[in-house]
Amino acid sequence: MDDLSTAGRHRSESGFTNVGRAPWWQRGFFASQTAYVVLAFLIITVAISFVADNFLNPENLLRTSQNFSYVGIVALGATLVIITGGIDLSVGSVMALTAVVTMIVMKWIAETALGFVSMPLALLIGLMVAGFIGLVNGLLIARLKLSPFVVTLGMLSICRGLTYVITKGRSQAPGGPSVDTFYALTNGKLFGLPIPLVYLLIGAAIMGFVLHHTAAGRHIFAIGGNERAAALTGVAVERVKIGVYVACSMTAGLAGILMSGWLGAAQANLATGYELTIIAAAVIGGANLAGGSGGPVGAIIGAALIEVIRNGLVLAGADSYWQTAIIGMIIIFAAIVDRLRSLRAA
Amino acid sequence: MTTPIIAMRGIVKTFGAVQALRDVNLHLMPGEILGLVGDNSAGKSTLMKVLTGAYTRDGGDVLVNGEITHFKSPHESRDLGIEMIYQDFALCGNMDVGQNIFLGRWPKRFGLFVDRPKMYEEARAVLSRLKVDVNSVFQKVESLSGGRQQSVAIARAISFNPKVVIFDEPTANLSVMATERLLETMSELKRQGVAQIIISHRLTDIFEVGDRIMVLKRGENVGDRYIAHTTEREVLELIVSGTPETALTAEEAMKKAA
Ligand SMILES: Nc1ncnc2c1ncn2[C@@H]1O[C@H](COP(=O)(O)OP(=O)(O)OP(=O)(O)O)[C@@H](O)[C@H]1O
Ligand SMILES: [Mg+2]
Repeated sequence: MDDLSTAGRHRSESGFTNVGRAPWWQRGFFASQTAYVVLAFLIITVAISFVADNFLNPENLLRTSQNFSYVGIVALGATLVIITGGIDLSVGSVMALTAVVTMIVMKWIAETALGFVSMPLALLIGLMVAGFIGLVNGLLIARLKLSPFVVTLGMLSICRGLTYVITKGRSQAPGGPSVDTFYALTNGKLFGLPIPLVYLLIGAAIMGFVLHHTAAGRHIFAIGGNERAAALTGVAVERVKIGVYVACSMTAGLAGILMSGWLGAAQANLATGYELTIIAAAVIGGANLAGGSGGPVGAIIGAALIEVIRNGLVLAGADSYWQTAIIGMIIIFAAIVDRLRSLRAA
Repeated sequence: MTTPIIAMRGIVKTFGAVQALRDVNLHLMPGEILGLVGDNSAGKSTLMKVLTGAYTRDGGDVLVNGEITHFKSPHESRDLGIEMIYQDFALCGNMDVGQNIFLGRWPKRFGLFVDRPKMYEEARAVLSRLKVDVNSVFQKVESLSGGRQQSVAIARAISFNPKVVIFDEPTANLSVMATERLLETMSELKRQGVAQIIISHRLTDIFEVGDRIMVLKRGENVGDRYIAHTTEREVLELIVSGTPETALTAEEAMKKAA
């Protein structure tokens, strides 16, 4: 509101009659790729509801929203990394490693004198492991200036390998006195909503606020726009970059723990290959791999779109292997739309 | 004898096999406008980056107000009031004009949240003070023309209320009108006591606003003259065929001529 009136005043002051302010549908949220994806999401949802009548069934909608919450939570973290112009391929493995470490530590502490706090302690240790992996990624990328692709590709392998070494390939169930609380916290319902969805929404709200209203959030965008300029103007580039990798790893850790609650146990092959779905979700939602753009709404919509298509194909009785191919097409299509949009704006 | 606000003595800087600066001296008096000229790759930008701390020197001293400094980043020299506009602008194209002007030092509420209304308000004030004709502080910088981007970079530097401003080829992308306005701005800053260094290949610009001109050639001082006591022709000669032996200081050159 305030923006509109002051912009109008400014325009009349400067003598530039050939440049006005873009109309509302060509700027801000409405001009972003996220807005187009929201539109595509609505159209696809309506289309699927015609093909598969069970789709709009509340039961199915809740299940679908629980399914995409895991990818969505990590897509939030991945989006932060992508905005700075980086990439994190290790998220799927971090999900698995965090999940098995948490389960094993929980059972182990349950047998000691600290048994009564075995669950919170295990969650804390699990998330610290995830955070530590992010810290290592961040230090290697920000301090040693190694390529994010290479570092996190290596980390993908290291974490998956460690997961198999620790578990010897066996699945790890949670244990101890607070197993029921664990399931309630990871796989329960709150206000009728699946709890992972609640975590996703809270995470997205925090991320949106931090990105747009704090200096740290603006620094993340500045680094993605022009890292050298950000450094010259005194942005603590290294610290911010390390921070986003830590945050990304921790969202992966959280999602891994939630997923093991949903599956009842943590398997060594948990979330194998998820990094691609997660990055796809972020990119479909408008995070630009070149850095400088992206946001929480996009991450959620991207994750939701992928799951809705998968679910729709299943309900429509189509071969579910089509899902992979269709997601690929959507990624490329999203890139084309983004390109056309920026061509028109330029 | 007043102390120079900036003095650089015996500056040495090498990049691998390239000796970018060999024993270079420079001084700048308060309120003075110094032109820095020389052929491409003479070391002009490098000397200024050593001054701001964007590059670390291999040898020599940098003194600000007579005191030796060791800036590790431009952030530190900014704290002493030294501001540089880089040849390649250093802006974030994905952010709007207002945010770029306050890049890295956004006004805050409660010490944590970015105060957007205040930021845009102040950005607008700075731009109109400079008569920079960017139509809106909400415009993304990447959608501005090169010259306008340069104006934003200049507005940004000046909004820090610096004591020393370094312009690295500021007029290279500017129209005749915008160049005139920039030169006016420089004179205005001079009246306010701001010392300035301008790197330019356009001698006319330097002769219009400058007090003194210094010539670098292949990383060495080859001349230093008062604008009032030299000609564009003499400076061109120094750029083309000056040697460290014929360098002279501005004082020496003036006395010799008299
Ligand atoms: N970061 C760097 N790495 C390696 N060499 C560099 C670097 N910066 C400058 N140089 C070298 O130092 C020398 C001086 O470069 P500098 O940019 O200071 O020249 P200049 O006088 O500003 O030239 P121009 O008029 O083209 O801007 C050149 O030979 C250049 O190749
Ligand atoms: Mg240069």
